[in-house]
Amino acid sequence: MVERFSFGVNPITCHAWNKDRSQVALSPNNHEVHIYKREANDWRLINVLNQHDLRVTGIDWAPNTNRIVTCAADRNAYVWTQGSDGNWKPTLVLLRINRAATCVKWSPFENKFAVGSGARLISVCYFEKENDWWVSKHIKKPIRSTVTSLDWHPNNLILVAGLTDFKVRVFSAYIKLLEEPNDGGSPWCKKAGGPGSLGTLLAEFTNSPSGGGWVHGVSFSGDGNRICWVGHDSSISVADASRGMAVTKLRTEFLPFNTCTWVGPNNIVVAGHNCCPLLYTFDSSGQLSYSCKLDNSQKKEAGGLSAMRKFQSLDRQARIENDTALETVHQNAITGLCLYSGSKGAITKFSTSGIDGQLVVWDMNLLEKGIQNMRLN
Amino acid sequence: MSINTSSSAFRKIDVDQYNEDNFGDEDQGELQSPPVGPDESEVTSLLNQYPFQKQSLTGKSIDALKTVLRNAPLASKNPQVKDNAFNLTMKVLLYIKGSQIEEAVSALDRDLVDVLMKYIYRGFETPSEGSSGHLLLWHERAYSVGGVGSIVRVLTDSKRA
Repeated sequence: MVERFSFGVNPITCHAWNKDRSQVALSPNNHEVHIYKREANDWRLINVLNQHDLRVTGIDWAPNTNRIVTCAADRNAYVWTQGSDGNWKPTLVLLRINRAATCVKWSPFENKFAVGSGARLISVCYFEKENDWWVSKHIKKPIRSTVTSLDWHPNNLILVAGLTDFKVRVFSAYIKLLEEPNDGGSPWCKKAGGPGSLGTLLAEFTNSPSGGGWVHGVSFSGDGNRICWVGHDSSISVADASRGMAVTKLRTEFLPFNTCTWVGPNNIVVAGHNCCPLLYTFDSSGQLSYSCKLDNSQKKEAGGLSAMRKFQSLDRQARIENDTALETVHQNAITGLCLYSGSKGAITKFSTSGIDGQLVVWDMNLLEKGIQNMRLN
Repeated sequence: MSINTSSSAFRKIDVDQYNEDNFGDEDQGELQSPPVGPDESEVTSLLNQYPFQKQSLTGKSIDALKTVLRNAPLASKNPQVKDNAFNLTMKVLLYIKGSQIEEAVSALDRDLVDVLMKYIYRGFETPSEGSSGHLLLWHERAYSVGGVGSIVRVLTDSKRA
């Protein structure tokens, strides 16, 4: 039902797939980015991208142009292009920030990308042919805190950011030199009559009227009309631009979620500190409700208590019972979630990575079947 | 390029004070909660109907609980208002007997369970004779409804009890 891969004991800070999912780029919680190639059921390390000085915080792999962008706590971002010999060549991006970069995302058309940072701004970067370098334009106002997460609208012009001042903001990321301001009639731009100039604030939402903590993850829906976000108050929220920016908030009984994504027009997957991806449904009446947990694994039986194990455990930990394994696939918090197959409107597989150093690929079709069977029984 | 060192003295320097646009929690009072807190006489009268209406005793004390939680002045900046509301809430929580707690918690909707949890934790901070043991009973029930999410919101929310 799930494919699980372990990449050592170090946490996986973030991961990204190439177009045909034969390779994955991940950072083992240090300044390096490792690229693994799949060989049957095994992964072989084929490249190490070693250019950053401090911990890598974000990786994104553009599927069509086959470029990797990485950002790190050393305030730099690099765009990596693959030479004919298979090696990756870095190009420095001038982010002009004075704090760590926290997250990075290619735009859907792959002609620009956005970097969030602790410098209380978002750098929208694009390639300038005349000078042969990547330049950045800043979205500054009214951001007054660290940007934790970013996502692009499918029309390539709108950006949503989750922030540590308990807010979610939707900005225009239109760059005049690069593209036409054709927003496709998006309801986000209705009030402004178009995407406006770069940095125009199109919408702003507070995570919770009672504070609500940092926003950890944001996601645009497949059609771009809705956003969902998760905050540190264990809540999931949806804002619907086609319904006059109506916000629906659900406070859950779980530990806080770190990341979220739309997997269908009305379905959201969230994952985080409870180590288990959960499916939530946003129905036509605007209600958000718990659907099911996607991790149906049972707690493993310890296979009896052998005398050897008993005394070993008494010796090492001074106790007989030594069962610290969680009953979920992930054994620690999930920090990253990527689309694996399908599109945002209809995801069939997605992958999660976490502090336990595991990368897990989840198959929605199989999960659905498994859950339906369970209901029939 | 910056180099990580073991020294952490620099962390005490507040470099943010030199920024011209610092973050300030400007939107206070956004929460639509009554600024004055629950009405003490109303709550007391609900609690004091005890000797005469024995059959609806639980119902009345649950009404009192709902009244204090619904009117909790979480967004208030006045510590006096907050303390008054806290004292009143503690009175109600300690008044309701251990056997009635389950019924009382199940009568609350999820938002009020979150508020209840905030008061339970504030109650742990300033214990009185026998209060902590009773609050642990409340905590057990509130936890079984609200889960760890409810506790996380006690820690996370900036509008506290």
